Amino acid sequence: MSPPLEVQSAPAVERTHAIECLKQMLRIRRLEERCAELYTAAKIRGFLHLYNGEEAVAVGVVQALGPEDGIVATYREHGHALVRGIPARAIMAELYGKQEGCSRGRGGSMHLFDAKTRFCGGNAIVGGGLPVAVGLALADQMRGKTTVTGCFFGDGAVAEGEFHESLNLATLWRLPVLFVCENNLYAMGTRLDLAQSATDLAKKAAAYGMAAEAVDGMDVFAVEAAAQKALAAIRAGKGPFFLECRTYRFRAHSMYDPELYRAKAEVEEWKKRDPISNLESSLKQQGAILDSDLERLERDIAAEIDDAVAFAEAGTWEPVTDLERFVYSERRPT
Amino acid sequence: MTAAQAPSSYREAIRESIREAMRKDDRVFLMGEDVGRYGGCFAVSKGLLEEFGPERIRDTPMSESAFVGAGIGAALGGMRPIVEIMTVNFSLLALDQIMNNAATFLHMSGGQFNVPVVIRMATGGGRQVAAQHSHSLEGWFAHIPGIRVLAPATLEDARGMLGTALEDPDPVLIFEHAGLYNMKGQLPADAGPVDIERARVRRAGSDVTIITYGAMLWKSLDAAQMLAKKGIQAEVIDLRTLRPLDEATFLESVGRTHRALVVDEGWRSGGISAEICARIQEKAFYELDAPVERICGVEVPTPYPKHLEDASFPQVAAIAAAVEAMVPAHG
Repeated sequence: MSPPLEVQSAPAVERTHAIECLKQMLRIRRLEERCAELYTAAKIRGFLHLYNGEEAVAVGVVQALGPEDGIVATYREHGHALVRGIPARAIMAELYGKQEGCSRGRGGSMHLFDAKTRFCGGNAIVGGGLPVAVGLALADQMRGKTTVTGCFFGDGAVAEGEFHESLNLATLWRLPVLFVCENNLYAMGTRLDLAQSATDLAKKAAAYGMAAEAVDGMDVFAVEAAAQKALAAIRAGKGPFFLECRTYRFRAHSMYDPELYRAKAEVEEWKKRDPISNLESSLKQQGAILDSDLERLERDIAAEIDDAVAFAEAGTWEPVTDLERFVYSERRPT
Repeated sequence: MTAAQAPSSYREAIRESIREAMRKDDRVFLMGEDVGRYGGCFAVSKGLLEEFGPERIRDTPMSESAFVGAGIGAALGGMRPIVEIMTVNFSLLALDQIMNNAATFLHMSGGQFNVPVVIRMATGGGRQVAAQHSHSLEGWFAHIPGIRVLAPATLEDARGMLGTALEDPDPVLIFEHAGLYNMKGQLPADAGPVDIERARVRRAGSDVTIITYGAMLWKSLDAAQMLAKKGIQAEVIDLRTLRPLDEATFLESVGRTHRALVVDEGWRSGGISAEICARIQEKAFYELDAPVERICGVEVPTPYPKHLEDASFPQVAAIAAAVEAMVPAHG
């Protein structure tokens, strides 16, 4: 077994696990960089919300979840889907709108679904996923399962009524939900302090009587440790947990966003806290990873993404004759 | 052989359907505002808490969006929830969950995630509860692909629709007319699930087809009885299901009577009545001997005083008069 490493502010982490975390974050970063290029090339259309800068949150939390746990995510969910185990191929094909995509091409970027991994969707209504997560957890609780539903949302959702209704209900019924607030400081273009009367979001959750904690969302190990602790508490029957991950989105809100609402200097300042480059240099400094290791990692990831793009390119369009399928189930009561 | 009849009411029939479903399938549970200790704001669930306990008869906070969404999530998680919303006006607080989630998940997921939730709510006016408790918005919901919209008018349907709805893999909304809860009648002792696909001819006739649903069925049948005395035989069709609409049944009827009147407690503009008129002119235009007519709720927020409320909803005399005007040669 490799000796534990001291990485950033986080707890001691095993070398192989640290490299795995780096790899997962890099997979997301590189996949999405390719997505941006493909958007410019008009291969991907509609809305495309990129997660650059926030990767530590998805990687830290999703890795802490068990295979039977459920996930409800937002429209900025490529990273969560990828770490959850939805193949890059199926994600890319979905972004292309091809029927080989994980939602058969019908959802696109904002609506990645995968029943096999209990990935219950990217939800594109801010706050709209929270009640659904509460319901999934209710079903698990009523069926005597010990599974947890991980529910991702942004700071924008905190202003929605559904947020407050859901936190109250989940606490009232002690439901196994891990609420993960990805606080990137902007609700689309509106800064947190221009939208919230009180900006300490974990405190709002705590007001409902649930355990709540804020964590550095730019530090994958800190996020993971916090998520593990939260999940242990939830599985022990202590009810829901609110984890606020303080993070930042490096790119625009969507491909349509001219970013008039924030200064470039602010973005540059946050980029110094890039969870990926910081972990890379930390690992290098400690001699845990060599340049050659990194190059190999990048090569493997590039190959995975090339393969995903080729898969999406070769994918097929669902015939128009199928347009009205999946409005209602094809299996009807007899 | 006909089964023995037993006295019942619309309210009791629904209660029995919930009870039967919960006894039969432990995935079924009921949640909503005051469904437990209070017994349901219309007393539909009275006594069920005692029988099934608070795990399965769940009182919720006044959080329509959260508990409707929780019903959707629980359905995804393998349960068969029955969600009760006090009235259709309150359902608007949960419209996001119904429209954006329940109706879309199957499609957005490419067929992976169906949502077998049943959402019941009271609809309709006539109780002098004014402009935030009296509306008939089921026509709005019938606009949404991905959900089924049911409107039981009879005891048999009040008793039978829920069971079938719970077997449905997709979200089903059931609109119970608040004015019908006290309606008394007889039900066969072995009453059970009914089909939720077809409209039904409630009164056969040859001169005109009255197409209606919900509480307006009874006003239409009363009008038909009045008309019969004048020698006009009105066929009365109970739509039962507003989405998907069973157009075959009313088109067939119009093909025989050549005249159609739509009676809808809901508003005229863009309502379900407009849809029915459009279908008739699209598919039975050459069968018609007269323009399709409509009697709808007057387009005002429902007023409180009785005389104004009465004037805002279709009434028996107006239905009969409309038919008489459409059927010139009779007697």
